[in-house]
Amino acid sequence: MSWDFDYFMELFLAGLTRGSIYALIALGYTMVYGIIELINFAHGEIYMIGAFTALIVTGVLTLMGWNSVAILFIAAGVAVVYSSAYGYTVEKIAYKPLRNAPRLSALISAIGMSLFLQNYVLLAQTSDFLPFPALIPEFEWLRPWEHIVRSSQVVIYVTTAIVMILLTFLIKFTRIGKAMRAVSQDKEMAMLVGVDVNRVISVTFIVGSATAAIGGVLIASHIGQINFYIGFIAGIKAFVAAVLGGIGSIPGAVLGSLVLGWTESFFTGYISSDYEDVFAFLFLVFILIFRPSGILGRAESEKV
Amino acid sequence: MISFAEIKKSFLVSLWFVFLTFPIMVIRVNTIYKRVEWRWENMLLVGIGSFFFSFVWRYLLRRKELGRKKELAEEAGVRVTLWQRITEDRRIYLLVLAVVIAFIAAYPFVFSMYQTNIMISALIYIMLGLGINIVVGLAGLLDLGYVAFYAVGAYSYALLNYHFGLNFWLALPIGAAAGAFFGILLGYPVLRLRGDYLAIVTLGFGEIIRLILENWNEFSFGPSGIANIPRPWFFGIKMSLEQSSIFIYFLLIALVVFTIFVVNRLKDSRIGRAWIAMREDEVACQAMGIDRTKTKLTAFALGATWAGMAGVMFAAKTTFINPASFTIWESINVLCIVVLGGMGSILGVIFGALALILLPEYLRAFSEYRMLLFGFILVTMMVFRPGGIISATRRTYKFKSLDES
Repeated sequence: MSWDFDYFMELFLAGLTRGSIYALIALGYTMVYGIIELINFAHGEIYMIGAFTALIVTGVLTLMGWNSVAILFIAAGVAVVYSSAYGYTVEKIAYKPLRNAPRLSALISAIGMSLFLQNYVLLAQTSDFLPFPALIPEFEWLRPWEHIVRSSQVVIYVTTAIVMILLTFLIKFTRIGKAMRAVSQDKEMAMLVGVDVNRVISVTFIVGSATAAIGGVLIASHIGQINFYIGFIAGIKAFVAAVLGGIGSIPGAVLGSLVLGWTESFFTGYISSDYEDVFAFLFLVFILIFRPSGILGRAESEKV
Repeated sequence: MISFAEIKKSFLVSLWFVFLTFPIMVIRVNTIYKRVEWRWENMLLVGIGSFFFSFVWRYLLRRKELGRKKELAEEAGVRVTLWQRITEDRRIYLLVLAVVIAFIAAYPFVFSMYQTNIMISALIYIMLGLGINIVVGLAGLLDLGYVAFYAVGAYSYALLNYHFGLNFWLALPIGAAAGAFFGILLGYPVLRLRGDYLAIVTLGFGEIIRLILENWNEFSFGPSGIANIPRPWFFGIKMSLEQSSIFIYFLLIALVVFTIFVVNRLKDSRIGRAWIAMREDEVACQAMGIDRTKTKLTAFALGATWAGMAGVMFAAKTTFINPASFTIWESINVLCIVVLGGMGSILGVIFGALALILLPEYLRAFSEYRMLLFGFILVTMMVFRPGGIISATRRTYKFKSLDES
């Protein structure tokens, strides 16, 4: 059988694209879980709201006749601001009152918030698939490889890499990053040494939502259409990726996302595309059975 | 009571919400006609609504705090909730029971067939709610893929009838057994998982089952579903549509009574107490010698049995099934019933099912807002009243601390 290198590269790069987007969303999941041990079901909806906000801003500015690249940056900026605001508000309403409640309550509240946000966007906007204008211009130097990779994909890779670097810088070298690490290790102790835990949690939600918004804008301009439902599936897959890499660990989220993106891409490219979602879930089940702490996670023993 | 500081706070909150919802509520971009629609009245709506809502929210939060403080400071003695007082007084209980029985018996003859159908729907959801109550309410395992067992029951009746001509009465126990089997099958991999992971994995299983049903056309006929599923027969009497509905209604009443009876007995049995112990503290219950594996698997299996039976009834009622009726929203629907009504409480689940199924039918004008309301209910119930409307608390006795006496 002749080896179709082009097809392989196409799948590889498509997987890299998926993985990058999952990584941007999974970062939010893993950071929130590391800090308050809650799966933020509404996180996928924050990503979707980021995409929608970008669409709205783009629509308004396009009609006013602005330059396409400028629109991209402004739309991304506004989307980030709004998603962070939504993340902050969701935390204050649905999670803060339940910080000392049993885990089940917080989880159900998260599901309720996810449901609420989805339908809020559905009712306030529309249930149709809305077309998203292609804001990223085709690069000239990419032309020889046009059939394998598009310029929007390259933008996704570069942006994700930049976001990773910035985030690592934030966590490792700033004071707030140190506070975040402290709260995720031991919340009570952090309170005792004077860390404002409420503020740290809010900042975590804001940063996580911001990265998800960037992911939303990028994937919207890459695929070209958005819908109120995209947050749900992307959220589940990003969660699978975060668990795969070890929930609570930031490099783990990235690694898990890339692994999931590549395996999904190769699976659908070479085997079948009907059962794509089934594959992701089965993958998750296997990981949770055989290595529940994920690839890079630390095996936590439950203290009584 | 309403000071200036409060008003200022609420005003700031409403400003924040107006800012927050500005793009999504006020602007609508129509890319086909290249038009932008500005809906300023929404901004006013959000502003005023959030202003009042913030008052209500803070008031309720304050009441919750006060209630908790009062609880801690209370005198020793027996604490009984309102519902317990009603159900334990013999005379009132018998009177209420007689009225309820009369109402149930007369229902299909007094109301039209449309109403009877709605009630049949509600009864099926009561069964589902009681089943998931075992898994989520009693055992504390958040199962988001519960609809998978529902689908298994429905499809087993449909397929067995299609291939082997199996009639309804045989299919009912087989559906229940299939549900139990799948319950154990799906419960086995999730034994070691904690709450959050369990939720996601069960959600995944629910989706897997639905996707398999949708895509494996040779087995399940895919999205076109299976039609012409026969209704339950009664000694070969040919029944019209209306009589058939009435028959299904009474059959469901009988099944629901059976379910209530079984769940009630289970709750007070050894396995029921084991579930409640597991829900409260898994490690402690293991230390007391309760076999965690067996308890969890039994919870899943028994919960799934009811879903299987409800699935068979659903297939018989609607005579047509396809994978679209078994999405995760159904699971969340059932979860909402249990959360609203009261986790672990039978009366609460009945109330929740009636509220969440009957009200939307009568308020069809607002059907768009239904899922929005569900999300809202889930969040507010968890924040303000996690026990549900009719919570399942037992009689509590509070001991006086030695220092006070």
